[in-house]
Amino acid sequence: MPEVLKAPLVVEFPFTRSLGPVQSAFLTGLRERVVLGVRTGDGRTLVPPVEYDPVTAEEIDELVEVAPTGTVTTWAWNHEPRRGQPLGTPFAWVLVRLDGADTALLHALDAPGPEAVRTGLRVRIRWAAERTGAITDIACFEPYDDPHGETRRPAPHSGHFDGQVTGIVAPARLDYTYSPGRAQSAYLDALAGHRTVGERCPSCRKVYVPPRGACPTCGLATTERVEVGPRGTVTTFCIVNIKAKNLDIEVPYVYAHIALDGAGLALHGRIGGIPYDQVRMGLRVEPVWAPGARHPDHYRPTGEPDADYDTYKELL
Amino acid sequence: MTGQEPPGPRDVAVVAFAQSDHRRTTDELSEVEMLMPVLHEVLRATGLRTADIGFTCSGSSDYLAGRAFSFTMALDGVGAWPPISESHVEMDGAWALYEAWTKLLTGEADTALVYSYGKSSPGPLRDVLTRQLDPYYLAPLWPDSVALAALQAQALIDAGDTDEPALAAIAARSRRDAAANPHAQLRGPLPHGDYVVRPLRTGDCPPVGDGAAAVILAAGDRARELCERPAWIRGIDHRIEAHALGVRDLTDSPSTRLAAEKAGAFERPVDTAELHAPFTAQEVVLRKALRLGDGVRVNPSGGPLAAHPVMAAGLIRIGEAAARVHRAESDRALAHATSGPCLQQNLVAVLEGEPR
Repeated sequence: MPEVLKAPLVVEFPFTRSLGPVQSAFLTGLRERVVLGVRTGDGRTLVPPVEYDPVTAEEIDELVEVAPTGTVTTWAWNHEPRRGQPLGTPFAWVLVRLDGADTALLHALDAPGPEAVRTGLRVRIRWAAERTGAITDIACFEPYDDPHGETRRPAPHSGHFDGQVTGIVAPARLDYTYSPGRAQSAYLDALAGHRTVGERCPSCRKVYVPPRGACPTCGLATTERVEVGPRGTVTTFCIVNIKAKNLDIEVPYVYAHIALDGAGLALHGRIGGIPYDQVRMGLRVEPVWAPGARHPDHYRPTGEPDADYDTYKELL
Repeated sequence: MTGQEPPGPRDVAVVAFAQSDHRRTTDELSEVEMLMPVLHEVLRATGLRTADIGFTCSGSSDYLAGRAFSFTMALDGVGAWPPISESHVEMDGAWALYEAWTKLLTGEADTALVYSYGKSSPGPLRDVLTRQLDPYYLAPLWPDSVALAALQAQALIDAGDTDEPALAAIAARSRRDAAANPHAQLRGPLPHGDYVVRPLRTGDCPPVGDGAAAVILAAGDRARELCERPAWIRGIDHRIEAHALGVRDLTDSPSTRLAAEKAGAFERPVDTAELHAPFTAQEVVLRKALRLGDGVRVNPSGGPLAAHPVMAAGLIRIGEAAARVHRAESDRALAHATSGPCLQQNLVAVLEGEPR
């Protein structure tokens, strides 16, 4: 069995998300160092505020300002911060019920060690130096020595600010180590030696190229390796007229389905070495390898007579 | 639909269950290569072929391995030709089973194949799971799955519901029981380890790994033909709570309690419970919500602390509970599955064997 192939795979998106009116007021407020909550029909104040009552699903929009100080309701010591988390040094995850709120907000607490943290600890917001209207405008919480507590009642707030934030951009990145599995590893391994190796279904005898390890018709593992090609037949094609981004190929060019000799289905490839308007169904082609490449660069005509339609009509 | 049956609910049973050996990594196998032997095993147990199955439903998440549309490739392992009646949920396979159960209730199918799989090894699972969180207030902070479970554990400790030695005992019991489960990833005694996120230690957390599971459901007499002692689904229900942790009482699980009530779990005692509590402290919450007494055998398979292929671990709970009914080791078992942070969403099924 060939060595398991592995490659880094990074999945990264900047998600652009629009905000509802309550979220917009809350996140804009954070930018202005104001913490807003929302009142529910039964008189509770939710911080962070949501657009709909989590109990009754009623739409809610009555905003109030609460204090930037509060009390830890539960905590967890994180001695090894991970990428993207609020602090790069060991910290406590905390749920904090801000003074005036009935629910708790999740964030980080900057504390010297777990012995300095407990449920019931009084804390206050440490604001980020640069604020954009995001939950990270709260840099973290910090312990707050305040023997008298905060007695301020939530004050009504319009939720209106100059330059209201209406959306956020949330970058997300996950790093994977991709491994293609048994069948595709064997396929890629053979391809490195300029050989195309498919796999045959033990039941219907179809040869899959590239193989994915299973016959999707029979639901069986394909284990018998079969070398196919290198020559094949164009079964159908299209003419590409629009240049793709980051693809250094002159247009127009032909992209084709090619049934390699011995394969039970066609694969895709570019056709070169022939004017685009002379490519036709049945054209016999062979792969052209660039030096050091793991895949054929393109396929070119072999000069053989065209294949008879009946020989490839099942492979369209 | 025969049109001859009287109207009213049909009896639906789990008639077969299979699972892979759950391992830290299966990087030599693609998802379909990992799944296929499990599908073949569960079909073989009933003598059914793909063409005999009335409905197929699966559960998985592309985020785990970072492979877009991996579930369509997994379908290669079913043999979906001629075209089959099929569905997929981006949830644990327990919810795929729920969908299949409703399909069988409609009478449109008499048998269903349910499968799910998770390959967590290619990615950073703790970070991957942050992507299921509220994108406005939570996800930008990247609070990982262990951190959120640790907040819940601390809340339970503060409430006096448990302490660290009690949590360690749950971990030890689980892995001791897993010694008899050849599929489990962690089998037998393990050191309880250092803090991952305090108060949770490595022993309090589920192993990260890859695995797959499959179940076959059948209705009425079809179930009796396919299985000597079908595990009849007497009730099944799922309920969800608010997503934000700060509006919930983390020491309780009202959604589990309500699902159990709707599933009829409280009508008579169960002898066995397979609980999907990935973290030790969550077992404390579930035992309370489900009112499980000391006489109930909890997670005899070792449970999710011994093997936790994400997206399959809930379906495995139903499969393990059913398998005990099949083997006449249980007469009435409860199976539970969870989804979301800190037991946000919960499914409860009650399975029974006919009197022996």
